[in-house]
Amino acid sequence: MRTLLTQVSYIARRSILRTLRQPGVMVSAILFPLMFFAILASGLDAATSIPGFPAGSYLDFAFAFPLVQASLFGAVTAGADLARDIETGFFDRLSLTPMRPVALLGGMLSGVIALGLIQGCVFLAVGLLAGVNIQSGFPGMVLLVLLTVLTALGFGGLGAILALRTGSGEAVESSFPLFFVAIFFSSINLPRDLIESDWFRAVATLNPVSYLVEGIRSLVVTGWDLQALILGFGCAIGIIALALAGAVASLRGRMAHA
Amino acid sequence: MSGPAMRGSARGAFGGFFSVAGAVAWRQVYRFFTNPAFLTPAFFPVFFFVAFAGGLSRVGQVPGFDFSAGYTAFQFVWSLLQAVALGGAFTGFSIAGDFESGFARRFLLAASNRRGIVLGYAMASFVRVSVTGALLTLVALLVGMRIYGGVDLFGLVGLAVLVNVAATMFGAGVAMLFRTQQAGPVIRTPIFLVLFLAPVFVPQELLAGWISAVAAVNPMTFILEAGRGFIVGQPTGAAFAFGVAISLVLVLVPWALFGLRQAEKAG
Repeated sequence: MRTLLTQVSYIARRSILRTLRQPGVMVSAILFPLMFFAILASGLDAATSIPGFPAGSYLDFAFAFPLVQASLFGAVTAGADLARDIETGFFDRLSLTPMRPVALLGGMLSGVIALGLIQGCVFLAVGLLAGVNIQSGFPGMVLLVLLTVLTALGFGGLGAILALRTGSGEAVESSFPLFFVAIFFSSINLPRDLIESDWFRAVATLNPVSYLVEGIRSLVVTGWDLQALILGFGCAIGIIALALAGAVASLRGRMAHA
Repeated sequence: MSGPAMRGSARGAFGGFFSVAGAVAWRQVYRFFTNPAFLTPAFFPVFFFVAFAGGLSRVGQVPGFDFSAGYTAFQFVWSLLQAVALGGAFTGFSIAGDFESGFARRFLLAASNRRGIVLGYAMASFVRVSVTGALLTLVALLVGMRIYGGVDLFGLVGLAVLVNVAATMFGAGVAMLFRTQQAGPVIRTPIFLVLFLAPVFVPQELLAGWISAVAAVNPMTFILEAGRGFIVGQPTGAAFAFGVAISLVLVLVPWALFGLRQAEKAG
């Protein structure tokens, strides 16, 4: 067990350093979600005058957007990095060493967690400076970052599956629109009860991203909404469990061919 | 040089120009229709349209939101302009890819008139966005978009063509200047910003705060508002919008030719 942890820590260190040493990745991971957040928060501010809208400011309502989008971005980045390890032969070389394959996966996901943590903290700081009012106070902020990290881990696991299945960085990168679809076909822009189109509301209800968004949003807009939090954390943990199971199975398949 | 010889030379130059443009355009169009990787970006505007028109239709009931054709038509105009602008950006990525693979350099060596290369990419971009635009329009009509414009719609099409030419020239200029796909964000980001800093979700009068000030000076705002006027059959600010779009083309064509000259110098 101790050996495994040592192995994970080595790969995690490599994964985190690799992310931090790519300024382009860091800038995109931070700036793009913030840019979209600023545009959505201002461009859709008029939506707060819809009867029944749950927040007085769209800035508060939209704050879940950068956190979820950042998690998505981290997943693609981590998946692409893992795919690059496969493409460059690093993965094959590693399979010749005593290092356990699961350490590679664990290490890579540690990089995702680190990036998610950095993004969560940066967005929280920027949001507070911009005037986001978090109704649940400081404990809520901690939970908000925790849910962001869990979301990043879940998406990161999906990125790992794609990387291990395809072994192609290009294939992982081209999955980006799919993640984007998952975000926009959720309750990210309006609460589900205010979505007019029946089919869109049905899709948003089936989409687990809606519950992640609503969990984060409840901490900002409502305060302590136990149901939203249970659904949010439940979905995050469910996605993590499924993604990790899929990633481990994909890893076994990849190792068999290594 | 005698008169007939000069005329022959001029004909040759023009012939070279159009034959080069035709060859470049044909290759690009062929790649577009035969490679799924090139087709995928065509679905981006459709996705944004469905997500915004479907998910945000309640925004059309905000007090002061007065658009007789409904929220679907309101979003359609922005999605169409997004489709043609992103089509230009993706053409820029293709040009950068051609430089990375060495194909563009061989083209530069072989072309009798290199300006034809720029025209060829622009023609291919036009074909590409025609497909995307048709797909988007079909989806919009299927989900019940109402059009009151009639012949005014040609005004919207005209604006869309000009935006596509401008975006293609911008993308071509950047791609030929940097000659690497790593310049992708330099092409994509300004186009995305110009598109999203316009009145995307609500009319200009309902925007508040910093985005209202930015949208007021964003050239895309004038084009977008005129396009929305065309779709409801009440053109407003159309002459000014065309003036803005033509000005963008007039500024960005020299930019693309500047990029071409830099690529020529780089060898």
